[in-house]
Amino acid sequence: MILDVSIEHEQGAFALQASFQSNGKLTALFGPSGSGKTTIVNAVSGLVQPDHARIVVQDRVLVDTTKNIVVPKHRRRIGYVFQEGRLFPHLNVRHNLLFGRWFTQKGERTASFDHVVDLLGIGHLLDRRPSTLSGGEKQRVAIGRALLADPQLLLMDEPLASLDEARKAEIYPYLERLRDEGGIPIVLVSHSVAEIARLATSVVVLSEGRVIASGSAAEVLRHTSFFALEGRAEVGALIEAQVSRHDEAYDLTVLQARAGTLSIPRLPHPIGTSLRVRLRARDIILSLKAPEGLSALNVLPGFISSIDEAEGSSVDVQLDCGGDPVVARVTRKSVEELGLKPGLAVHAIIKSIAFDPEALGVTGRENM
Amino acid sequence: MEGLSPEEWTAVRLSLKVASVAMAASLIPGIAIAFLLERGRFWGRQALDVLVHLPLVLPPVVVGWFLLIGFGRRGPVGAFLAEQFGIVFSFRWTGAALACAIMGFPLLVRAIRLSIAAVDRKLEDAASTLGAHPVWVFGVVTLPLILPGIIAGMVLSFAKAMGEFGATITFVSSIPGETQTIPSAIYAYTQVPGGEGGAMRLTLVSIVISIAALWLSEWLARRVRRRVHA
Repeated sequence: MILDVSIEHEQGAFALQASFQSNGKLTALFGPSGSGKTTIVNAVSGLVQPDHARIVVQDRVLVDTTKNIVVPKHRRRIGYVFQEGRLFPHLNVRHNLLFGRWFTQKGERTASFDHVVDLLGIGHLLDRRPSTLSGGEKQRVAIGRALLADPQLLLMDEPLASLDEARKAEIYPYLERLRDEGGIPIVLVSHSVAEIARLATSVVVLSEGRVIASGSAAEVLRHTSFFALEGRAEVGALIEAQVSRHDEAYDLTVLQARAGTLSIPRLPHPIGTSLRVRLRARDIILSLKAPEGLSALNVLPGFISSIDEAEGSSVDVQLDCGGDPVVARVTRKSVEELGLKPGLAVHAIIKSIAFDPEALGVTGRENM
Repeated sequence: MEGLSPEEWTAVRLSLKVASVAMAASLIPGIAIAFLLERGRFWGRQALDVLVHLPLVLPPVVVGWFLLIGFGRRGPVGAFLAEQFGIVFSFRWTGAALACAIMGFPLLVRAIRLSIAAVDRKLEDAASTLGAHPVWVFGVVTLPLILPGIIAGMVLSFAKAMGEFGATITFVSSIPGETQTIPSAIYAYTQVPGGEGGAMRLTLVSIVISIAALWLSEWLARRVRRRVHA
């Protein structure tokens, strides 16, 4: 098990009582602010000493309060990328990157400086001062600095939160490469469903200091009820698809998934690229018959595998479309009027606008 | 105006020696106390704070008097140090340095403390997650970041020592060649007929040294700030 965490901690009026396990390459801790995400990563890194806890990373016990085990923070080998970078202002980029090296034994050094610099594209910044870097560059250096300390786990506390969309888009590919080639498991704190949909392999959902869901990203993101208001609109099925062709005449790209073909606005990716596509539950309309005379380009046939518990007027209908999971958020009234029930054949109509570029992630080898 | 007489040179050299030793000797205790006051959470912190600041508000003569009864030959601390380590303060230049160090101590501590308060402790957290033992965190993160404050404190301490008069003359008197610093010498000149020339010469020297010290500290602080924050 990569990560086995069980924490009870009180901080003023806030009580955290969370336990979860994860074996994912990139585990996302999701929840609104104040749900306890940062407290958890601080406890794992040793910056917060929880009242009661058992924290095991890569089979190494870091904290076990019942046995009085508390590994000091500087011996935990947990990399931490902070929201604000926290680069040392008195050191240049090269010395920031090498900082962790000063405190590791020669034999324990496995991360190659050149490889990390290359992976993050920061070779041209080595002699610069942190204050002269852009926000995105700072975060890449902060990631490199954490990696070069040869951590057994990399914690990232909303590393992109302070960046604008353009800077985020600049960093996502690096995080994907890190997840797929870095060999170090990552815990990413995030409150953006789009970010999680793109990056996470496992998701832990927190609310008011408690874990309300945890599991693989595809599994967790299929249930809108786990997510609070703003997040809910973004939640949906994650399916893997390949670029099968580009339709130059209409400026479209055609993706092939197990569920069928999907046409979306032209993408730059070459044919054969694997992509992770998020189909938002609220953007899917269900039809009992194959629709005709409809402007929507994407219709996936399938059948209902299950119907989640209703919540207010809405309900999540889980579909199986040729082996790909799809979820539609519809009203309870529609469920009743259409007679939707498990086993029923339906057509999922997807508005093309649902394919937002942020959710289109290049998938790794073992995601989802 | 003619140059300095040998006696005046002696006073200048002595003043520089006393001020340098006072500054150097109070540096490490100053950093330690500044840390204790800024970061420490212990019973009696307020009392320590007041104690450190006392020389700033007490009449210097009172501080000199305390030193005389405490560190004099028959004072409890003075007698102990003389017997155990052979360190004698009374009527020696070391006593002048002690008086100057104590008078400058609050200024030194205040300057360092302000710079410690300005250190982003999150940087120290970051350093520890990168594997740095607390001692290393202090050495390679905290200390470089507070260096401008330390320099400022050292200059203030030095300047205070160059000008210290009341505590010094009360504790160690004004013995030419041993405890007669520039201010004591100037005072002595003003007490004798025809001493105006000497007083004027030493006054000019003291102005030059003060300006040079200020200029040096500004230059150092600017260099360090560029290194730390640029």
